[in-house]
Amino acid sequence: MKTFNQHFSTFVMTLGIATSAQAGSITVKGSDTLVILAQKWAEVYMGKQANVKIQVTGGGSGVGFAALQNQTTDLADASRRIRPREIEACLKSFGKRPTEYKVCLDGLSVYVSEENPVKELSLPQLEAIFTGKVRNWKEVGGQDAPLTVYSRENSSGTYEFFKEHVLQGKDFAASAQTMPGTASLLQAVAKDKNGIGYGGAAYGAGAKHLLIKKDEGSPAIEPTEETVVKGTYPIWRHLYVYVNPALDKGEIAAYLNWIRSDEGQKVVKDIGYYPLPKNLRE
Amino acid sequence: MVVFREMSRTSPQNKRFIGWKGLRRGHTARPLEWLVEKGIFVVSLSTIVLIFLIFLFTALEALPVFLGNTNNSLVQKTIPVEAMDRLTPKQLREYLGLTEKEFAGMPRETLKSLMEVKIETASEAPNDKDAALDTTSWRYLLLPYQWTGYDKSEYIWQPVSQIQKYNIVPLLIGSLKTTLVALLFSVPLALGAAIYVSQLSKPRVREYLKPAVELLAGIPSVVLGFFALMVMATLLQKAFGYQSRLNTFVAGIALGLAVIPVVFSIAEDALTSVPRSYTHAALALGSSRWQAAWQIVLPAAIPGVFAAVMLGFGRAIGETMVVLMASGNASILSWNLFDSTRTMTATIAAELAETVTHGHHYRILFMLGTLLFLVTFVANLVADVVIHRLKHKLEGK
Amino acid sequence: MIKGVQTSARRSEQAQTRALAFHTAKFDLTSFFFTGLTGLATLIILATLITILGNVLWHGWEGLSWRFISSSAKKDMFDVEKAGVLPMIVGTSARVILMTIFVIPVGVITAIYLTEYAHATSLFPRVIRGAISNLAGVPSIVFGLFGLGFFVNFVGQKMDTLLHAENAGLVWGQPALIWASLTLAIMTLPVVIVATEESLKAIPVGLREASLALGATKLETIVQIVLPQALPGILTGGILAISRAAGEVAPILFTGAAYYMADLPKSLTDQFMDLGYHVFVLSTQSPNIDQTRPILFATVVVLLLLTFALNIIAILVRANMRKKMRAVS
Repeated sequence: MKTFNQHFSTFVMTLGIATSAQAGSITVKGSDTLVILAQKWAEVYMGKQANVKIQVTGGGSGVGFAALQNQTTDLADASRRIRPREIEACLKSFGKRPTEYKVCLDGLSVYVSEENPVKELSLPQLEAIFTGKVRNWKEVGGQDAPLTVYSRENSSGTYEFFKEHVLQGKDFAASAQTMPGTASLLQAVAKDKNGIGYGGAAYGAGAKHLLIKKDEGSPAIEPTEETVVKGTYPIWRHLYVYVNPALDKGEIAAYLNWIRSDEGQKVVKDIGYYPLPKNLRE
Repeated sequence: MVVFREMSRTSPQNKRFIGWKGLRRGHTARPLEWLVEKGIFVVSLSTIVLIFLIFLFTALEALPVFLGNTNNSLVQKTIPVEAMDRLTPKQLREYLGLTEKEFAGMPRETLKSLMEVKIETASEAPNDKDAALDTTSWRYLLLPYQWTGYDKSEYIWQPVSQIQKYNIVPLLIGSLKTTLVALLFSVPLALGAAIYVSQLSKPRVREYLKPAVELLAGIPSVVLGFFALMVMATLLQKAFGYQSRLNTFVAGIALGLAVIPVVFSIAEDALTSVPRSYTHAALALGSSRWQAAWQIVLPAAIPGVFAAVMLGFGRAIGETMVVLMASGNASILSWNLFDSTRTMTATIAAELAETVTHGHHYRILFMLGTLLFLVTFVANLVADVVIHRLKHKLEGK
Repeated sequence: MIKGVQTSARRSEQAQTRALAFHTAKFDLTSFFFTGLTGLATLIILATLITILGNVLWHGWEGLSWRFISSSAKKDMFDVEKAGVLPMIVGTSARVILMTIFVIPVGVITAIYLTEYAHATSLFPRVIRGAISNLAGVPSIVFGLFGLGFFVNFVGQKMDTLLHAENAGLVWGQPALIWASLTLAIMTLPVVIVATEESLKAIPVGLREASLALGATKLETIVQIVLPQALPGILTGGILAISRAAGEVAPILFTGAAYYMADLPKSLTDQFMDLGYHVFVLSTQSPNIDQTRPILFATVVVLLLLTFALNIIAILVRANMRKKMRAVS
């Protein structure tokens, strides 16, 4: 009986310790486009501030918003803006609109295999290819071979952004192969000489970036830091972090400020994204 | 899976078990022991409770969709924000779509913001003939429809879109296709191996062969999917020269590898349970081992083999990681084996994390889960009944 | 019926069969062909097994080292030189050990009821057996859905409202180590039950009757005589359950696995990193597939070593048990 009491009290104590609030921990969830950057930010920041713990999970921008609404995350990474429906869900859940912070810039590259002779395409051509209207490379200046379109899962903000801005809101071709992450998409395109796909310019190796023209008459622009920050490269976007205003104080606010400071933006360049122009960094 | 192996094996000691159990109690029960024995009974009921709970909780989430109570039409009448105070609380609550509890806890600020958001949502509604449709109704879940921007009436699964398209037919066909390929690949191999291991090989070799083949069950499905994605897909594409690198064929073969241990275990058990006397009688009459196995033992074990295939089917249709990584995940409706495909399991795994809890998408994914549960439940039931009858038949003799 | 064939001694059976085979020495092409064909099927299966293992080991061997296993992924998760999988190993082990704490008691008690107390023909045992075989057949993703819908959303949120104030945020109502372990416990319950039943049935009835004759009660017999004898079987069941659970990814996708965590999981409500989930994430999301290939394969090797070693141990223990059982009966 004595040992039973001892065991029981230990158990209750462990339960108590387990349920105590976790001081100094920040949960970040959301966009796969941002997950590597978010992880690097977490690493560097934790190197400076030893008492803060940050944990990062990917899954897609939609995952971040869902977690924000379910209150299972502090920060939601997103590669697209929040939708009114999602704002509504947040309002129902914690009573306020989430605060939006722009954290960096990104250029979306269109990838083809290195063996593909095509070097540049225009936005209307991209729209026709990805909606499935154009099915053969020879219609856009390549060899006579059928096109394989690679796309992302629909939980991806990259998917949504591409859909909204390049496809003008139309659906992707049903025959588009869906890859769960940009890296697997890149790998698939690199191995498929008739493949075409899209993804953040940060993921570079293995396939070729196409130069993009706004329309048939414009010059073809390559995605580099200069063209993206200036806005001359046609497919660029902000990447965002959303947070519940009630939580935006103390350590979380400090972390957000650090991300948007010069130090945090230096990390952005290492990963391969493009830092915010000076005027947007508060 | 190891489970059914032992359940079909009849030990000669079983008959004497009746004695042990019939020996109810030779003395008055001590109160603590009586309590413990009742406790044992209650704990054993947990398996029944769990199956019931699993079905209950997945079906409950999906119930509104089953009953047709959801409506995600984008065209909603909006009330301007200034008119908020002119509505009665009940009207306001219904307009905003809140439950009583949610409404009671909300400050005025939040209600005002919700009304603003409602107007923003309405203004975002596309100028589309389909905006007013309730796409979660069964008609759009099962029948084809010509959406704006498409040339003809098609079955489209595209839940992330201004107009959400929830047709589940491509997913059902995708699951069936991969399962079919997996079974076509694995059943002949597993049955052949089962016949060889239980009937045609030397007994001493059998002792090593059986566990060796069952080791395949020790490979986690994520490793099989990984192997298919990294190695098999490229090899098969070089060998057959088709267009999509990740397709039904690759996923089916990898799935088959996952199913082989299941079918092999149970079929081998069924074949071994056939009394040796059958084989010996056949051999005595002058047949070869193969003839005895093929013409005498296999027909006698057909119920067990059938059960093995049913359980293999259940496993194949329910497998997630392999198809998630190797099938290409494109929701196309086609019977071509070399096209990418999207299965129900991969859809749930890929899309659930991004849904809003209790939203339409969430409920439809749970509905897919309930369907999967029902399919495997029926497959298991059939296999169980068949094995039961097999046991009776063999024990009766 | 051929007399004498029913004896179970292997040698006489072999001798009988050989004698029979000698008398049917005619060479039959069909038989030879089909025997070869089925033998080929077995060979193909074994060859595939060896190919997969060999390929993975071949590519993963270079990435494997003591540093790999023992260092954490704090910096440079994708750098071959510095990556480590310690958090994943710890996460997998934690959830598996926690699962064992739940599954073994429930499984053993159910097996005891089924073998010792229940009549084979009455309703409850049949329904329970049906439920067990159904539980074994439920797809793993449905377990994930159940874990999310029941444990995280229902039980977790109820616990939060009971234990915490309104604005403390969600502690139990989100994906956590404990919910993932419970989900896996439910998933591997059939394995433990069947393995325990098998070992309980192998114990001769005479032992139990002798104990009763000496004046012990039924419960005392079970606890003090039968269970200790059945321990190898229970162990087998536990090992098989662990091996199965260590490799499963689908049930933990929504109930607790995280992509990157700074720390090892410290409490029951923490999320955890996991070997299988890491393999899935790396193969679909690493920034440079060719560069991370060695780490990827090395992680798979670690995972395979874990599940395989456990599987082989379980098979050896069970084979040993069978030999003993045959010797006794």
